[in-house]
Amino acid sequence: MNVFQFMLQNSSQVAGLTLEHLWLVGVSTLFAMLIGIPLGIVIAHRPRLNKPVLASANIIQTIPSLALFGFLLPVPWIGERADRLAILALTLYALLPLIRNTYTGIRGVDPAVLEAGRGMGLTDRQLLFQVELPLALSVILSGVRVAVVISVGLATIAAAIGAGGLGEFIFRGLAMVDSSVILAGAIPAALLALLADLGVGWVERSLRPR
Amino acid sequence: MLAHMPSAANGPVIEFRNVSFAASGAAVLTGLNLQVERGETLILLGRSGSGKTTTLKLVNRLLTPSAGEVFVNGVSNAIGDVIRLRRRIGYVIQDAGLFPHFTVERNIGLVPKIEGWPEEKTRGRVRELLQIVGLGEEMAPRYPHQLSGGQRQRVGVARALAADPEILLMDEPFGALDPLTRDELQREFLGLQRSLQKTVVFVTHDLREALRLGSRIALIESGRLVTALAPADFVRSEDFRVSAYVRAFGDALPPAKDRGMS
Repeated sequence: MNVFQFMLQNSSQVAGLTLEHLWLVGVSTLFAMLIGIPLGIVIAHRPRLNKPVLASANIIQTIPSLALFGFLLPVPWIGERADRLAILALTLYALLPLIRNTYTGIRGVDPAVLEAGRGMGLTDRQLLFQVELPLALSVILSGVRVAVVISVGLATIAAAIGAGGLGEFIFRGLAMVDSSVILAGAIPAALLALLADLGVGWVERSLRPR
Repeated sequence: MLAHMPSAANGPVIEFRNVSFAASGAAVLTGLNLQVERGETLILLGRSGSGKTTTLKLVNRLLTPSAGEVFVNGVSNAIGDVIRLRRRIGYVIQDAGLFPHFTVERNIGLVPKIEGWPEEKTRGRVRELLQIVGLGEEMAPRYPHQLSGGQRQRVGVARALAADPEILLMDEPFGALDPLTRDELQREFLGLQRSLQKTVVFVTHDLREALRLGSRIALIESGRLVTALAPADFVRSEDFRVSAYVRAFGDALPPAKDRGMS
């Protein structure tokens, strides 16, 4: 049985797992943005914090994903449910590109523009929301793009701890040594990554200042 | 320390009293005493790194003196809200520092907008300012990257004038322009200054520009004020530091009879 026949026969399961996958990626990316972007803003303004914060995010990134799931297992409340655990792990992985791009984007704003703004009497807040963030936006969004694409791939591993998602097919296929089952997980996951990339790219272009 | 009352209209608009500034231990400015009178164009002249830009930034508190005080309208600028202070002082820098993601109209209208002016009033003011700096209304919807250097600098001046500040700080505003455009903008600046009568502090290293635009020229060297003289006196000064600066420009100066005029 080839992969497309398999997917057709199990279409409702494919759809269900794809939705689960999207949920894991969506929620974790949202959390990562809520944490990573403000953190990136903070370290862009306090140079002393940038090394430790970026280094920590870097270290998290180097932990193998299966090991990270294992480490998080004993965490209270989080460890109780597989999807919570997966979301936390995915959030942690998505932090680095978000923090780093927010930081880079804000630091990349022309100092002359900032000085002019400050000299005109903009408050720090006005400077941030009217000048720094709009000008850093496309760099920040390309960080979101990277984060989403990484998450879509990593989320397949969440199936190993029973969090669901398209990884279910991949692990099942591995156990059954059936490549069409593996592909039934891998192809939708790849498509998802592609679509997410295009989607965020589209948002990025439509928001970009001319 | 005596309390300083807001001055009557005849006091100096800006006054440096014994102002020093040091950055990471190194003295940038030492014991500056200088007054800027209402309606004059004071030029801060000096070579790169002499401390003239530092002096300028002390006025709107982009920098804070390490000793001494700067008075604006008789009140120390260390007192009170720095944001309010800056909104009362126009600031123009080299390359204009326009917001690249805003149209010309939004660039000029930003301060009025955050000051809560009604939209119609802001729009009227933007139109008026575009005219004052010699730009057509068709410039309003353009973005800074669509403008020439001279046009950008005009927008920079218009933006600084938006909320009708009494003081204008200009940091080498025409420094990055080609000679023809610079000449044009200098001429317009003089016309503008004649009608608006702002109190202007203008930083440049170009003696010709200083002589042409200034009502007084303050020469700053290694963080110290050498002297502050009217242009005609400046070129005749016996002070060796002044004459050295004048000599360095030598033949490039306009004939003596034109100096310090305009």
